[in-house]
Amino acid sequence: MSKRIDVKNLDIFYGDFQAVKDVSMVIEPKSVTAFIGPSGCGKSTFIRTLNRMHEVIPGARVEGEVLIDGQNLYGRGVDPVDVRRQVGMVFQRPNPFPTMSIRDNVLAGVKLNSKRMSGKAADELAERALRGANLWNEVKDRLDKPGSGLSGGQQQRLCIARAIAVQPEVILMDEPCSALDPISTLAIEDLINELKSDYTVVIVTHNMQQAARVSDRTGFFNLEATGQPGQLVEFDDTQKIFNNPSQKATEDYISGRFG
Amino acid sequence: MTTPTQSPDHDIHHARLDDVQGIEPSPVRPTSSRAQWLAGVGAIVLFAVLWQVLDLHLALAVSISYLLFLAAVYLVYRSAGGRRVGLDIIVRWLVYGAFTLAILPLISLLWTVISEGLPVAFSPSFWTEDMTGITGLDDQAYMEGTASLAGGAGHAIVGTLMITGAATLISVPIGMFTAIYLVEYGRNNRLSRGIRFMVDVMTGIPSIVAGLFAFALFVQILGPRDAKMGVAGAIALSVLMIPTVVRNSEEMLRIVPNELREASLALGVPKWRTIAKVVLPTAASGLASGITLAIARVIGETAPLLVAVGFARNWNLDMMTGPMNSLAVYTYDIFTKPLNPAIIDPSRERAWAAALLLVLIVVGLNLLARLIAKLFAPKSR
Ligand SMILES: Nc1ncnc2c1ncn2[C@@H]1O[C@H](COP(=O)(O)OP(=O)(O)OP(=O)(O)O)[C@@H](O)[C@H]1O
Ligand SMILES: [Mg+2]
Repeated sequence: MSKRIDVKNLDIFYGDFQAVKDVSMVIEPKSVTAFIGPSGCGKSTFIRTLNRMHEVIPGARVEGEVLIDGQNLYGRGVDPVDVRRQVGMVFQRPNPFPTMSIRDNVLAGVKLNSKRMSGKAADELAERALRGANLWNEVKDRLDKPGSGLSGGQQQRLCIARAIAVQPEVILMDEPCSALDPISTLAIEDLINELKSDYTVVIVTHNMQQAARVSDRTGFFNLEATGQPGQLVEFDDTQKIFNNPSQKATEDYISGRFG
Repeated sequence: MTTPTQSPDHDIHHARLDDVQGIEPSPVRPTSSRAQWLAGVGAIVLFAVLWQVLDLHLALAVSISYLLFLAAVYLVYRSAGGRRVGLDIIVRWLVYGAFTLAILPLISLLWTVISEGLPVAFSPSFWTEDMTGITGLDDQAYMEGTASLAGGAGHAIVGTLMITGAATLISVPIGMFTAIYLVEYGRNNRLSRGIRFMVDVMTGIPSIVAGLFAFALFVQILGPRDAKMGVAGAIALSVLMIPTVVRNSEEMLRIVPNELREASLALGVPKWRTIAKVVLPTAASGLASGITLAIARVIGETAPLLVAVGFARNWNLDMMTGPMNSLAVYTYDIFTKPLNPAIIDPSRERAWAAALLLVLIVVGLNLLARLIAKLFAPKSR
């Protein structure tokens, strides 16, 4: 289960303010794609357009096309709810549902979508998702405890479990490790490596080593100047971006000679 | 990192604050807390002298000794620990004073209601009987000791519960849905700004006007003879309740973190279901206590019920026909029009007992609100 994403000439707006300009790229299935770039250049904005979470913000809109296996997400008659079931998302800050137990958190996407589910199927699904997120061993004895009682790193992996429990085609992660310690970060990086065999993974990160470690392809976003929209400067194999970038701006950024 | 700016004589980043010219940090000196208690004892002695020996008015004696106490404490602590410590102590005692001043009337009120109302309020007949056929003669017999207190407020208790319950049933859905619209859908568009303004206006409507409105409405429909009924009272109360429910719920929904909504939407959960299954449960404790407090606010309303429901001495469990009674109206009526104008004590006892029941219901509702808040609160362990 994984799909190819084709972005064509995407312009992204918050009201009148254009945050991102003219992005085109191809994200291959069963691969990890990383986005790097300075703060405020529109990485979060861009990644949120891939599952139509951008339009949740009042006044936010998009021009251009995002095709998933040839189907335009922003086409007429496409239901954003349907898009989000195919394209899951993990946020920068862990956000488990505070009213739900660990188990219910994992099953939230399935349960809230009102499919009938037998207790046994639910148990299996919860276990599979938690194992998939490398969390099962830590929580298997406390599945009925609230999810907000876990550590930050555990909460983030719970959120990943929650995202993969609905079995999306694509998983988007916006700085999933920025609030975590090195050990939890490693756990999540390992997890991303495993996820790639089943899903298309897109990750935003400020950690260059992380991008180099986990991703197959890397996109570098940049701002020409403050107040200007962000742009995709370079998009290539991770090896190439980090060893032999073709743009001067990319080289400056990854070598730390930036602004 | 930017390099520190160098000043001609010395590097400001390496100087202690008190070495810098023109800055004189206030000193931190240890102070004992015993002085304030000594001053307190002194103030009490002073108060006793002023009150008993000099025969000043109680309030005057209290004020004088309190002010002198504040001044003394301030001077002592200022000389021992500097201005900051002096101000700290004086503000602290001002706050204690304000707290006492605020809590005294409440305690006095509770004390009066309980001591006056307790004997009658918990006699079973007061809960089970109404006032049908009770006259001044019964009160006379009661005073002479040949009979127990006749009649009760059973019909008023039931009336209060029924009318307030119906008002709650009307207001909670309307108020909650309005709040949900305002927070989740309306954002800040023109309609929601308009609604918010109207709700603010409604908050300020005098309760008697709400009563008149409900009465006029039912007169329009049923004519003046049949207009008074429990439902009219429920509608009058809900006019008062809806704005409170909207305001409380709106605030509670607003503090649900947006991240939870986004988390749910990103799982492919439709918006309405996100609201029903994520936002509302997260806000449940606040919503429940907001509603309970809104009920507590209207349960003691007298004027609108007097106008819209009228007044009954007998049981009336039918909210659609005829006047009913309620605790507040019962209290008002029996207090202003004692059964026996010559012997008012039994009627006063009834009034206090009904008032006590009302207070107990409100206290009970507040406790219930806390309990609900605790039960629904998001757990973290
Ligand atoms: N809700 C919003 N409303 C209006 N403008 C926004 C909003 N969110 C982001 N922006 C603007 O869009 C631009 C891109 O922001 P974005 O959050 O995508 O940056 P980013 O690359 O994710 O930065 P960071 O690395 O700091 O997370 C910024 O100029 C920001 O001010
Ligand atoms: Mg971001």
